[in-house]
Amino acid sequence: MTHPSLGSFRRVLAARGEQGDRPYGTPGTGGPSCSPREILRRLRGAVPGCPLLSHPEELRPYECDGLTAYRQIPLAVAIPESVAQVQEILRVCRTLRVPVIPRGAGTGLSGGALPNRSGLVLSMTRFRKILAVDPLNRTARVEPGVTNRAISEATSPFGLFYAPDPSSEVACTIGGNIAENAGGLHCLKYGLTVHNVLSVKILTAEGEWLVLGSEAYDAAGFDLLALLIGSEGLLGVVVEATVRLLPRPPLARLIVAAFPSVESASTAVGKLIGEGFAPAGLEMMDNLAIRAAEAFVHAGYPVEAAALLLCEFDGGPEEVDDQIELAEKRLRESGADFLRSSSSEEERLLLWKGRKSAFPAAGRMAPDYYCMDGTIPRRSLPEALLRIARLSEEFRLPVANVFHAGDGNLHPLILYDASHPHELQQAERLGRRILELCVELGGVITGEHGVGVEKLGSMCLQFRAPELAQFHRIKEAFDPDGILNPGKAVPLLHRCAELGAMHVHQGALPFPEIERY
Amino acid sequence: MEVHLSHSLQGEAAAREGERLIRACVHCGFCLPACPTYQLLGDELDSPRGRIYLIKEVLEGRGGVIARAHLDRCLLCRACERACPSGVEYGRLVATTRGLLAAQSPRGPRDRLLRWLIRTIVPYPARFSRVVAVARWIRPVLPASLAAKLPTPPPAALPPVLHPHRRRMLLVPGCAQSVLSPATHLSLARVCDRLGIEPIFSPGSGCCGALFHHLGSEEAALRQIRRNIDLWWPELQAGAEALLIPASACALMVREYPDLLARDPAYADRARRIADAVKDPADLLLSEGLRLPIAPPGRAIAIHCPCTQQPGAVEALFRKLGIPLVPQPDSPACCGAAGAYALLQPRLSNQLRARKASALEAGAPAEILTANIGCQIHLASGSQLRVRHWIELIDECQTQAGASHGVPTRGEANGHGREACPAVQT
Repeated sequence: MTHPSLGSFRRVLAARGEQGDRPYGTPGTGGPSCSPREILRRLRGAVPGCPLLSHPEELRPYECDGLTAYRQIPLAVAIPESVAQVQEILRVCRTLRVPVIPRGAGTGLSGGALPNRSGLVLSMTRFRKILAVDPLNRTARVEPGVTNRAISEATSPFGLFYAPDPSSEVACTIGGNIAENAGGLHCLKYGLTVHNVLSVKILTAEGEWLVLGSEAYDAAGFDLLALLIGSEGLLGVVVEATVRLLPRPPLARLIVAAFPSVESASTAVGKLIGEGFAPAGLEMMDNLAIRAAEAFVHAGYPVEAAALLLCEFDGGPEEVDDQIELAEKRLRESGADFLRSSSSEEERLLLWKGRKSAFPAAGRMAPDYYCMDGTIPRRSLPEALLRIARLSEEFRLPVANVFHAGDGNLHPLILYDASHPHELQQAERLGRRILELCVELGGVITGEHGVGVEKLGSMCLQFRAPELAQFHRIKEAFDPDGILNPGKAVPLLHRCAELGAMHVHQGALPFPEIERY
Repeated sequence: MEVHLSHSLQGEAAAREGERLIRACVHCGFCLPACPTYQLLGDELDSPRGRIYLIKEVLEGRGGVIARAHLDRCLLCRACERACPSGVEYGRLVATTRGLLAAQSPRGPRDRLLRWLIRTIVPYPARFSRVVAVARWIRPVLPASLAAKLPTPPPAALPPVLHPHRRRMLLVPGCAQSVLSPATHLSLARVCDRLGIEPIFSPGSGCCGALFHHLGSEEAALRQIRRNIDLWWPELQAGAEALLIPASACALMVREYPDLLARDPAYADRARRIADAVKDPADLLLSEGLRLPIAPPGRAIAIHCPCTQQPGAVEALFRKLGIPLVPQPDSPACCGAAGAYALLQPRLSNQLRARKASALEAGAPAEILTANIGCQIHLASGSQLRVRHWIELIDECQTQAGASHGVPTRGEANGHGREACPAVQT
């Protein structure tokens, strides 16, 4: 059998109405160097026994992650179970210039695991062993497919837990958390993934081992670990992680405070933090989100409230009770007209469950939602929420707000129905306007979900050309052939130029140094 | 998620219902960790979210063969429904679209034969008991996997001596259980008697319909369900206050009768009243059985809560009765039995069983107790420990308490009892 040349492969793709790589993100491989059939043959030969899905019907359920607005059927999906297999897969893919898209549980909300049409999805879900728990050092060594919840459960007999707890903590994997630098409800006090991972073992695009970080809090040399965390699968494939464990606080109690207006609730947030309270979590939900969550968990949220604040304190019992009492007083002064604080662990978990399930519970209000992730300075919360409400009216799409108020990380959920023509585009336009608003208020376009493909355009609002060029150089240093998750996280400069042309802000042309055609 | 029904399916009511159900899914993935097959295989296609996507493809007119293979691997334990924040009715989706899927990709002859055999034997206690008797004879030549599923013949269970009571409840032993574990409903009958409730054995009823339903024989399922309603209705009319069904899977099925007969005006109302009358034996004991004397066993036992049983009810009862339980920290939910699944998907079913059995055995319990005949037989074939229905232990403990206090239960004392039921309803 003769191997079709690269040119003919491109023609085949073109005939199927497809092109090579996505044109807008980090540059890719320029397309594989042989036919799909040959790629599959080589992969099967390299990793016999490893499930390799290639039938279109098998591939479609992998076409998107938690963000269903972006879909792409991959060339194939591999589900290896040993590091040696991952190594072999990477070796073959690099030789044949096949893009590799690492994927955890597929719960991401920015399309970070969106497949590439000529690439391989590398599913890491079978790596779900907790390799070691060291209660004295308070660390756990885990495989990348282990879920956050599983780490906390396995370490709970030692009185320890893993702090980052995104809403999807029951399902999402530590590998995906590292890729997106995931946060969670309690990151206000305990930090993001980057603050809770001590070291990672990765396989580079060449299939070589690399250990970044160390079991100590500091490691010699540049902090490449911090660079890797949040790099969205562009720099390496995580095959093992050592995470930091924290002692379970003896007591945690949660206050639920209802407010008659979104404004009074968001003002209360600034006041609490400003006065030196250090809650473990401080979350806000608006009326739409309250009603959706209440319908699922029946936690007893007041469904008539305009906004809810969920404020948790943890620590020693006396300290917690004191804080709860003081915070309740402040919240009442800020206009809270309903207060409830948990008096048992069951009640606390139930009250949290509504918040944690609020995103998918929005599925009860509309068939589709689009979740934003902009972060703003806390003091701008009232203004941001007011202007988001106006934008929602302008675009005629409901927006539910449920977010990490304590650290200003907004999660407006734009509710839409993809089966109605133009609603998706309308939702995307609204989303972009919300992110522009975040940047305008001095914030950033992503707090914890990552850029993925979803916020590529918004990256151009945040960074200037030299900065983006530097990002591309870092990518090249780790992955010169561009096989790892191409098309994600960092926009190509011409993408920004094209977008910039559409948004001339206050007369200033963004990216003036780039030629426009 | 959006669904674009294919042109040919737009007129189909089942397809439109499927579309409606899929639109509730937002693809969040919260269901993944709840799914036993996903836990085992790590493949999106073997997760609830993946299966919903596969059904979506079929509704959109693409594929079918792959979808069916992965849906066949689904245990229908519906753990995903409890985990789903957006309220996707997964079980209903699968049941609704089963026919469409079958039309897209017909099964092979071997698969059809196996399903036909299960359908024509198991739901009929008379046939089933004969087959089981023959199978015990030829046990040495049966494949090991099948032989392990044959429980050793139980010691001739003594028919309970029962008494007429003013309160009456209908006791439905079900098809497989009445043949494979008659001790279960006899124990339940004795416990009822002690509570002052007269158990009426449902005359001549066989399968609750679940077996037909899960094997995709909707018509046969509905026939069986209507037959059961015709049999049970007069008893309820005559004053039976509840239906007691020891097998949790059958109880769940009967609770779903109203859904399945919603469009049948002749039966819908009775189906609803019958479903409302179903009472979990654990609830019965929790509400009125705590006063009966009981001699708790010395050694702790392990409880396997079937996927079809309301979680925690049996455990709560046992705690209240002071029966020690072994802790099961990392116990997976499903044992892999799932009705006919153990016969249709032996490989996965056995892997799930091995995980569950080792979790159950980890705390060195005296025995394993469960609430469903499918789980009972399946676990027994993969564990060295004795596995039986929890009601049998309660019955035993109550009997012992009666003996140790020197107070025989009323009927045995005054000699006015009557033999109430045959061991096997055929």
